[in-house]
Amino acid sequence: MLRFIVRRLLQLIPTLGGLSILLFVWLQRLPGGPEYALLPDDATAEQRAALRRSLGLDEPITVQYLAFLRRIVQGDLGTSLGTGRPVTEEFFTRFPATFELGVTAMLIAVSVGVPLGYLAARRRGTVLDFAAVGGSLLGICTPVFFLAFILKVVFAERLGLFPSAFRLSPGMSRTDLTGFVVLDGLRTGEFDVVWDALLHLALPGLALASIPLAVIVRMTRASVLEVLGEDYVRTANAKGLHRNTVRTRHVMRNAMLPVVTAVGLLTGSLFAGAVLTESVFAFPGIGSFVYAATQGRDYPVLTGFILLIATMYVLINLLVDISYSLLDPRVRAQ
Amino acid sequence: MSSSTPLLAVDGLSVVFRGRGSDEVRAVDGVSFTLEEGRVTGLVGESGCGKSVTSLALMGLLPDRGVEVGGSAVMRLPEGPADLLRLPQRRMRDLRGSQMAMIFQDPLSSLNPVVPIGRQVTEILRRHRGMRGPAAEKEAAELLHRVGIPDPGRRLREYPHQLSGGMRQRALIAMAVACRPRVMIADEPTTALDVTIQAQILELLRDLVTEEGTALLMITHDLGVVAGLCDDINVLYAGRAVEKAPRAPLFAGPTHPYTVGLLGSIPRLDAPRGEPLTPIRGSINDNIAWTQGCAFAPRCDHYTMECLQGPPELVAAGAAAGTRTRGPDGGSGGEPVAEHVHRCVNPLRGTDTADRSAPEGPAAAGEDEEAQG
Repeated sequence: MLRFIVRRLLQLIPTLGGLSILLFVWLQRLPGGPEYALLPDDATAEQRAALRRSLGLDEPITVQYLAFLRRIVQGDLGTSLGTGRPVTEEFFTRFPATFELGVTAMLIAVSVGVPLGYLAARRRGTVLDFAAVGGSLLGICTPVFFLAFILKVVFAERLGLFPSAFRLSPGMSRTDLTGFVVLDGLRTGEFDVVWDALLHLALPGLALASIPLAVIVRMTRASVLEVLGEDYVRTANAKGLHRNTVRTRHVMRNAMLPVVTAVGLLTGSLFAGAVLTESVFAFPGIGSFVYAATQGRDYPVLTGFILLIATMYVLINLLVDISYSLLDPRVRAQ
Repeated sequence: MSSSTPLLAVDGLSVVFRGRGSDEVRAVDGVSFTLEEGRVTGLVGESGCGKSVTSLALMGLLPDRGVEVGGSAVMRLPEGPADLLRLPQRRMRDLRGSQMAMIFQDPLSSLNPVVPIGRQVTEILRRHRGMRGPAAEKEAAELLHRVGIPDPGRRLREYPHQLSGGMRQRALIAMAVACRPRVMIADEPTTALDVTIQAQILELLRDLVTEEGTALLMITHDLGVVAGLCDDINVLYAGRAVEKAPRAPLFAGPTHPYTVGLLGSIPRLDAPRGEPLTPIRGSINDNIAWTQGCAFAPRCDHYTMECLQGPPELVAAGAAAGTRTRGPDGGSGGEPVAEHVHRCVNPLRGTDTADRSAPEGPAAAGEDEEAQG
């Protein structure tokens, strides 16, 4: 098992290396370099050239790439053009908010999606099945920012059931240990903070959960339908096992294998949705920060964000592979 | 109940599939047979003749929706006889695995790939015998040992993909016999195995029947299996029995052209080299509905217009024709109960079948066929 993990970790190196090249080329090919973003529109050609020199943009491309790579490896993603602070620092302070939002969204998606998908499969062809399949299609088709707006207008502004913005209500005081509001609150016993934070997470969490939820419902339904037709389920029934034993040990354990993969991939893509959701709810995470960065052509922040997403994606894939090998002995054997 | 009543009496079993928007399919169309302790009863026929559906119907494993099951299957249970086809689902779940067990065709797909073998054996012990923990594990190891799996302690911790095909089937048999069921159904248990393993598995099944007094329903298309294992044989065609008899009279003097054809299509080691097999022409898809006449008629070499005038009845046949008929009180539905019966208006006599081992075709024809192949 340990060898498997080490081998997979080593495989990350070429993946991330390839990614850094892609990212570098992308930055090179961008229309209008940083000199257009940094200098006013009426700057002269000489001024632009001087800036390119000072940024090292006149060096040969391989030298530039190696310099770029060295900085990344050292954890230096540059300085935000918008705030003037190091990009890594900006990400670190905002990461806990985005993490809490992402976890909330995935918890909603999995805890609702898996049972719903199972029921839809078991009651195939019934009203419940059509509702689940149709609803999930709607969930996949609805743009996240649109759903976020609807939720905000209806449940926060019209009905006033939930707060419409931020992580905590104004004036809420809390002890900051790690930046994770819910975790800190649980550890210090400030349950009013925890509750307030959960209320703030509800609507953005729901908006962010919509697409993963829809995908999980459909995946689970398809997977359960397939497994229900398997011979070993018939064997389990032929052994007279209780319905619940058949359901959990024989149907769900097998049906969950593809869903685990899907959950991993969806978690990786959650950041993209977070950008839109966080900006709608003024949620102080990485997403809303990056949204602001796109408006201001803040290339260091965008580069860092892409690198962060990609690294998360790769790491989550690793986690999926590891959990897969725990769930499926056939994978372990290879 | 007197001891003369059979352990399981299947009478007029029919299974109709009704798909939404499609025609109904009569997969099983009035099949009757009995299972007795310590005896092996064979259901023989081609793919699609309804033999597997029969077994699933008896086990209560057919889907809930779109299926209509008719007839009766009365089994002697500890609390008295009961019709398996009318028992509530919950009760059937209690009986499955404990009173009746089933062995399936493909041992790999019939085992859960992500659960260790041991767990798959102990779960049935836990369910029906209330055994858990080390006691269940010990019993599981003994069961594996009993069905001839070496080093059972290690095998219990392994997963199905780590076992050979023969060992997987042995593991499935271990699960089937775990609670000493009185009825065991084996649905083509050796089809997915190679020949030497087939023989071992059949021997194991035979031993279990002899030692435990289990009634075994053997479902197969392989007449070699039937000849070696079955005491009583039912030949099925298109959902109905076309001929039924104990082993000896059936092999000595088959009367239904379909049975004769099946026997004729067995490859024989003592046949001259180059001699062609004698297949039954056509396929089971060519059959007509039993209501119009004999469903086998379109594939039969001996049919006459009589065959198409209504469905033929099951009547006494062979050497026993006209004799030893016990009358309708022994069974029901008015069918005569004789040792050897068939459903044919135009049966073959023993002499017609004798030359089957030496087909009339010239040897040259056989060589042609070999050259083509």
